[in-house]
Amino acid sequence: MSTFDQILSLVKSSCTHGDCIVDENATPKAISIERGDLISVMNILLNDPIAYFDMLSCVTGVDNGPEAKTIDIVYNLYSIPFDHHLMIKVTLPRDKPEVQSVCSIWRTANWHEREIFDLFGVHFLNHPDLRRILLPADWEGHPLRKDYKHQDYYRNVKVEY
Amino acid sequence: MGLLDQRFESGGVIVTRLDDLLNWARLSSMFPMTFGLACCAIEFMSTGTTVYDMDRFGMAPRSSPRQADVMIVAGTVTFKMADRIKRLYEQMAEPRYVISMGSCSNCGGPYWQHGYHVVKGVDRIIPVDVYVPGCPPRPEALIGGFLKLQEKIRNETLMAPLAIEKLLKKEENHVNV
Amino acid sequence: MPTDAVQYKYKEGDLLRSAPNKFDVGDLRSEEMIINLGPQHPSTHGVLRLEVLLDGEIVKEVVPHIGYLHRCFEKHAENMPYNQVIPFVDRLDYVASMNNEHAYAMGVERMLGIEHQIPKRVEYVRVLVAELNRIASHFIAIGTYGMDIGAFTPFFWLMRDREHILRLLEWASGARLLYNYIWIGGLFYDLPVGFEERCRDFLGYIKPKLQELETVLIENKIFIDRTAKVGVLPLDLAINCGVTGPMLRGSGLRFDLRKVDGYSVYKELDFDVPIGEGKMGAVGDCWDRTYVRMLEIHESIKIISQCLDRLTGDLKRTKDFDPQALIPKKIRPKAQDFYVRAEIPKGELGFFFRSDGKSDVAFRCKCRSCSFVNLSVLPEIAKGILIADLIAIIGSIDVVMGEVDR
Repeated sequence: MSTFDQILSLVKSSCTHGDCIVDENATPKAISIERGDLISVMNILLNDPIAYFDMLSCVTGVDNGPEAKTIDIVYNLYSIPFDHHLMIKVTLPRDKPEVQSVCSIWRTANWHEREIFDLFGVHFLNHPDLRRILLPADWEGHPLRKDYKHQDYYRNVKVEY
Repeated sequence: MGLLDQRFESGGVIVTRLDDLLNWARLSSMFPMTFGLACCAIEFMSTGTTVYDMDRFGMAPRSSPRQADVMIVAGTVTFKMADRIKRLYEQMAEPRYVISMGSCSNCGGPYWQHGYHVVKGVDRIIPVDVYVPGCPPRPEALIGGFLKLQEKIRNETLMAPLAIEKLLKKEENHVNV
Repeated sequence: MPTDAVQYKYKEGDLLRSAPNKFDVGDLRSEEMIINLGPQHPSTHGVLRLEVLLDGEIVKEVVPHIGYLHRCFEKHAENMPYNQVIPFVDRLDYVASMNNEHAYAMGVERMLGIEHQIPKRVEYVRVLVAELNRIASHFIAIGTYGMDIGAFTPFFWLMRDREHILRLLEWASGARLLYNYIWIGGLFYDLPVGFEERCRDFLGYIKPKLQELETVLIENKIFIDRTAKVGVLPLDLAINCGVTGPMLRGSGLRFDLRKVDGYSVYKELDFDVPIGEGKMGAVGDCWDRTYVRMLEIHESIKIISQCLDRLTGDLKRTKDFDPQALIPKKIRPKAQDFYVRAEIPKGELGFFFRSDGKSDVAFRCKCRSCSFVNLSVLPEIAKGILIADLIAIIGSIDVVMGEVDR
């Protein structure tokens, strides 16, 4: 059994690009890391014997709005043998949101990242197949952004009520 | 067949209008196309099962649009699905009817306000004959919708287009003279 | 006259422009072909489109296309107060709505910090209706799976039995399918008088029917031939792909969130977690998954009778019990990020909330749906099989498109 502090020190040891900030308020406890560190931290969290986060439950994109000018990507990890939860957050600039894909580490991330690309416009580098998944391929815009305005007509059908 | 053969005193001859006979034949065996999209599809399936039994009205679900008479749009229509709905409707042979089942296909349903990907009513894509309200409509409500469609078919006539043509010709002659 | 509100206009090539194929006809070898198992098909799984690359009858690759039922749940959750989102949460996994509501209400209550003040009777009623709905969902799963394989009779038998459950839930909540019953902080209404006796009668009625189901479908030689050793999902692939629910338990891992997290009152209830052991072939094949679902129905019956004992025993209804007593007037959680998860009949349903502490509308609410993740495993386990096996595998994944597309 390992505690949150042990995992935090493990994460800190593989962070080379910047600092990791802990968010005690979040449930489960969250660690924010820089986007350059993402692959090394995720590799350590999967493979290290004291952490062993073998299940990636959920990858979420959060748009903080045009004033804050950031988009967060939140990874929820769970370790089946140790019954441990962890949240990892990465903050991206809103005008050029790009981050490495974790598909090579957990295969769940494939469809989750395609969904975030579809709804937020975040580009995942090294993703095997990045294309829209939920919306039609010729839809304009990324709907879950805070400043999204839906198009007026699609195939000449009014989008509004 | 105790009841039916006691009605024919004249030795088994029935006199009726051709319209009534053809309409009765058509409405007694409407084949719906299995077009369940969302939650209403589960209620549509329940209508087909033994408790509510849609087969007693002659409705046997057919999966192919080419073999179906009525298309029951059960569930939310989205823009991605809109192209396919139009194509399936075009593939049905006439005379064909559409029943819009549930709030979502009537008018967009609970998703009318912020649903950017929801078509606010399937009647923006294909012409609809009967609307069945509910979210989801009870199987009894759907059967009520079938009966209304049957009423509609009962009132159809083959003669009407010719009658209107004659009327228009009379108008023309009247105007020319 | 049919209505003339039609606005739709079609241009050449529109169909493929909205949902392009992954494979191109020009890249194929001479014996390969692309078959489209389109969004409308005779099976009952909803609007799922499969692009299948075939070599004769053998499937080389399957590409699922989804999104035909994308109903913008997350946009609605960002614009409506927490309690007004409950009807939308219902419509995610529309076959087992009570479980979705339970997960969402639990999440918001934990964010507000009131989860320990919910009266015990409310918690037991929630578990009771959730388990009833679990049985109903497994009935649909097994019934439609049998229909896909070609066995029509079990489908009709199970739907007839499911009508009894729907009648009970309609008596309690007012609706047959989408209930809006479990509210944040309590319930809409208490159970009606006489519900507990009718529910017990139902349990007595359903036990011999389950024995019938086992004889007719699960131990049927044709069913076993069609589903055993087909679609084997190895455990390490399952965990890496994030698969949960009966699919994961069918591959041999005894992992059930009701036991692991012990949320609501499941800690006080006594039930087992069945896993697949490869009785008829390989561990993790389609037969195992269906068998796990059938055993889970038995476990749910155990849970329901324990709940009924408590609800007629020490948690009996009293005149002054108000299930809406603890519903907060203003739902304004503190600024936090929160992830809650619960076990619905298909797997792990998770909600990620971000609240900004200033309003009663969520800043972000994401639904992590199990059918979305379970379906993403399909391309991995469907390589080199026959088309008939592909249909068997999709049925055993038990997808509900309302959850996949949200």
